[in-house]
Amino acid sequence: MDLAGLKQEGPCRWVIEPRGDMRVPAVLFGSAALLEDMDDKVREQLTNVAGLPGIVGAAYAMPDAHWGYGFPIGGVAAFDPDRGGVISAGGVGFDISCGVRALHTGLEASLIDAVKSPLADRLFDRIPAGVGSTGQIRLTGKSMDQMLSGGARWAVGQGWGREEDLERIEEHGRMPEALPREVSDQAKKRQRNEMGTLGSGNHYLEVQRVARVFDGETAAAFGLVEGQAVLSIHCGSRGLGHQIGTEFLRRMVVEAPDHGIRLPDRELACAPIRSDLGRAYIGAMRAGINCALANRQILTHLAREVFREFWPDIELPVIYDVSHNTCKPETHRVDDQPRELYVHRKGATRALGPGHPDLPAAFRETGQPVLIGGTMGTASWVLAGLAGGESLALSSACHGAGRQMSRHQAKKRWSGRAVVDELAARGIQIRSPSQRGVAEEAPGAYKDVDAVVEATEKAGLARKVARLEPVICIKG
Amino acid sequence: MGSLHMTRADAPAYWEHFSHQADIGVRGFGSTMAEAFEQAALAMTAVITPPEGVRCLRRVSIHCQAPDAELLLADWLNALIYEMADHNLLFGRYAVSITDEILTGEAWGEPVDRARHRPVVEIKGATFTELKVGRRADGREWFAQAVLDV
Repeated sequence: MDLAGLKQEGPCRWVIEPRGDMRVPAVLFGSAALLEDMDDKVREQLTNVAGLPGIVGAAYAMPDAHWGYGFPIGGVAAFDPDRGGVISAGGVGFDISCGVRALHTGLEASLIDAVKSPLADRLFDRIPAGVGSTGQIRLTGKSMDQMLSGGARWAVGQGWGREEDLERIEEHGRMPEALPREVSDQAKKRQRNEMGTLGSGNHYLEVQRVARVFDGETAAAFGLVEGQAVLSIHCGSRGLGHQIGTEFLRRMVVEAPDHGIRLPDRELACAPIRSDLGRAYIGAMRAGINCALANRQILTHLAREVFREFWPDIELPVIYDVSHNTCKPETHRVDDQPRELYVHRKGATRALGPGHPDLPAAFRETGQPVLIGGTMGTASWVLAGLAGGESLALSSACHGAGRQMSRHQAKKRWSGRAVVDELAARGIQIRSPSQRGVAEEAPGAYKDVDAVVEATEKAGLARKVARLEPVICIKG
Repeated sequence: MGSLHMTRADAPAYWEHFSHQADIGVRGFGSTMAEAFEQAALAMTAVITPPEGVRCLRRVSIHCQAPDAELLLADWLNALIYEMADHNLLFGRYAVSITDEILTGEAWGEPVDRARHRPVVEIKGATFTELKVGRRADGREWFAQAVLDV
């Protein structure tokens, strides 16, 4: 990205003042090097978002931002329903409520090393991953609607987890006011065999080692101990979310003129929050969030069963569960007044600071655990939300490393077999149904996650707590 | 570039992938819009598995109607994505006819065989990013392109 026209206002904060159709500034977070590596499309997409009706404050791009669909991936924007604010299906994405869940193993990583290969094999056997995989659970009619209303709370009620898991999930495991009736029969059909499946692409289940703790007090509050192993799950709302996104994106494109909305890019399709279409999408999207929360809960249950084959008394409590493709109503201060805004986070993680009333008691003093997914060869991170993050970017932080190379380029550059062998030589066991899929997800196709996290901390969006390195990775 | 062959009009029909930072673009070419749509669908299959490795054992019919050619392309690809997901299928051959704003299409394929097809990635949806349908500069050849979210 050409930095001309960007005004640097802090070590990792850059501002584009409103011009043309922009209603608010565009704010990009990141070092000069990260921004220079971003595609110019990020800038174009972010300034387009800044021109949408009812936007409040600014359109924000996180340090891992890359070219997305209408909104950049790594984009954050809030809209005021009282001022004609809109909701955008593209601003949430096809994989509604895609996110990361982390669990404590309580095991020293050396214990994992002793059974690394058989543990990887068993996880790969039990966790349905990749194209054509299906789960063991079949949902129809009433049970589907109960899942869409109940989220992880529904899954725990079915025996897939424990009541105490729910406290460690955003929205306490259930997004309220979901409207299963707004989810099409096609979307429900697409999901009926996909509960408890990982999916493919950048989704994974990983066993990781806490390689380094940066903030001992907060790490202790999160239960992270250097040298111990953590289990992380990255996936979303599967076929149901994809179908909801597909259908509402089209409806929003077709109906935009009826709402007087002029779109600079069709992918920015949106509807007023206070319109029939806006309300229908919000209800369906919330059902999609519940689907993702239930899915990660079921995968948690499957992973616990596998771990118990090796360590019969292991509990694997949840550290936290975050979603990074959402739009949620949140109260933020605007012009010193509290206002309810609809905050889109497309490839961005909520990062509530200490004292926020929505946090579980265990995190009131530390701020929210912010789980950053890495690549299978580099690192993942646990950060903590900061109080100052609210005024900087509506309490938001990055969500991952962010791609820097397309799949098309990656598959030309690497062979999957070579990637698996190279990682095995470094002690990382990869299991995947597709070698080409591994090549397309090669660690080198992503930005440097450590640089992304460094910029996130320097910008004041979140602070470093611990760095996690992969030991076993199950790729879809 | 994949599956270059001569068409009914003796103009080349073929497909290619193009880069999108997060995902992947598919582009089909043909002597008619319908052929370009068929080739774009083959390019989509090739994101998952080589199309020539998919046996044509089952046929699925698709009907779409849209206010313009771009939306019609997105609808066609999304209808195929739905059929693949819902019935666990892969398609290796497509036939399309387009009249005004109505598409009638057929796709031939078979259930996913994970050992034989080695499917790379599932497709979440066809997006409206870089969504274009038109004639190339020479006026003879049609193209149809979309970015897929995977």
